[in-house]
Amino acid sequence: MQALAIETARLGRIYKPRRNERHDTKERVALSDVSLAVPRGELFGLLGPNGAGKTTLIKILTTLLAPSSGWAAVEGYDVHREPQFVRPCINMVSGGEASGYGLLTVRENLWMFAQFYGLSSSDANRRIAELLEIVKMSDRINTKSSQLSTGLRQKMNIARGFLTDPNVLFLDEPTLGLDVEASRDARNYIRRWVKEQATRTVLLTTHYMVEAEELCDRVAIINGGRVLACDTPQNLKRRLQREAIFHLEAAPLGAGDVAAIAALPGVSKASHQATGFGSSVELMLQEERVLGPVIGLLESRQIGLRTLTKREPTLEDVFVELVGRSMEEVEHG
Amino acid sequence: MNVREKWWLVFDIVLPLVGVCAYVFVYRANGAHPDLIGFVILGGAMSAYWMNVLWAMGNQLFWEKETGNLALYIMAPNSMMAILLGMALGGMATTTLRAASILAIGSLLFGVRFDVSNAAMLFVVFALALVALYGMGMMFASMFLLFGREGWHLVSLAQEPVFLLSGTFFPVRNFNFWVAAGASIIPLTLALDAIRQLTSSSGAALGFLDVGTEVAVLAGLSVVFLIAARFLLAQLERLAIAEGRLTESRA
Repeated sequence: MQALAIETARLGRIYKPRRNERHDTKERVALSDVSLAVPRGELFGLLGPNGAGKTTLIKILTTLLAPSSGWAAVEGYDVHREPQFVRPCINMVSGGEASGYGLLTVRENLWMFAQFYGLSSSDANRRIAELLEIVKMSDRINTKSSQLSTGLRQKMNIARGFLTDPNVLFLDEPTLGLDVEASRDARNYIRRWVKEQATRTVLLTTHYMVEAEELCDRVAIINGGRVLACDTPQNLKRRLQREAIFHLEAAPLGAGDVAAIAALPGVSKASHQATGFGSSVELMLQEERVLGPVIGLLESRQIGLRTLTKREPTLEDVFVELVGRSMEEVEHG
Repeated sequence: MNVREKWWLVFDIVLPLVGVCAYVFVYRANGAHPDLIGFVILGGAMSAYWMNVLWAMGNQLFWEKETGNLALYIMAPNSMMAILLGMALGGMATTTLRAASILAIGSLLFGVRFDVSNAAMLFVVFALALVALYGMGMMFASMFLLFGREGWHLVSLAQEPVFLLSGTFFPVRNFNFWVAAGASIIPLTLALDAIRQLTSSSGAALGFLDVGTEVAVLAGLSVVFLIAARFLLAQLERLAIAEGRLTESRA
């Protein structure tokens, strides 16, 4: 049996402009030199901002998009040359998708998708009942899907993904549109499902740090189409163990104030965000004693310090360290 | 037509009947042969299939892409032809209800009697007409996947000229031979002509070709359209995967 569920080697994808799109003449590199190896049984995360290349990678792995360069395999089959062998082994759930037909009930929609995978009607109906119980939607089994809220629709999509019991499940921002409790339930089920059988593998994309930290055995941080780091969440955070990370709330800071803080010797990163009544600053310091000059600078500029908290590094800090900007800053250009 | 959306009954049956009525009154006002009223009602019933082929089948994959279903269909371990065939059968079933309603209500309203001369042949013509029409629809579905939203405009463009060329509301024999022969590439043209010949006493006299020839051409069209649909679907799926058009909505 193939040891690796997913493997890519120097995978790349370039979107070329179409002939009828004169306004958009530049090629866009969506993915570049991505090499990954995901063993069976792993819950693997792709963490990155919107536009980082996560969905492009999933599209290639699910046989929906051809790579421009490199190679990718799922369950040992080349996704581009042997899609007919890949497809029976996989399924995919995307956040915010509106699949199915509004006129059909939840059960009918799920049953229809089960038929595409050759499930018998009785197996399909049994699995539908089980999964709707898990996503707490049993009472909606006969509701037309057009009458479902966004969150309930996403729960139906999640049920659809698990319905066929795939060997490799691709989850592209699966908790998008779910409330806090439903997201937690979904995460719990995903983890339980993948650990139930050693043959099951999940590749999850997210831009929620908590989701990646809580769920994934390993995480690849991706930005601008490139994988910047790939390791367990603990090991990724260990990269920053020598750094001291502080969160401070202060009176409103100007751009010059933030630049002055960032320019102090020993300050690795200073990212600023305006809050309702002031400023929130994430500071990454090479050592703790650099905090003194930071506070001194605030005092000299008569900027009141409201709270100061030292905290453990998170994957967001790892991202900031790798990219130089927070995910939010990257997303907003 | 779906009983879950009862208003669709009105849109699918009553509105097309209004169009049929207009032609019936034109023929009546001109004192035309009563069989022509039957021709119009048959044209109205058969045009329901053409509308379904254009608006539902032709645009099917484009709309499936917009809703996110297409990616799931392509990703599923089965043939897209099988999925399109399922859609075609669903379209045929609902449209048959619509066509039968137009036929029944129209006949009752205007007192039309159909005189079926060969029921078995009528069934063969009707079945071949559906295979050819929906084969054409499956072919359109593949092509429109690449055209995106422009496919919608092509459908709008195709609708009315086809009503004219296929002789939906008049015998196609009124065209000169070569125009009628060219129009025969649309399965509706020969299907309607053959059905009219087989259901009215004056049909044979007003027919374009003899029914046997029309059946042979319809059979040929069925084969050609189905093969073309299969070929185009495979080609365009490959192209859409290469260009990344299966999931994006930038049409």
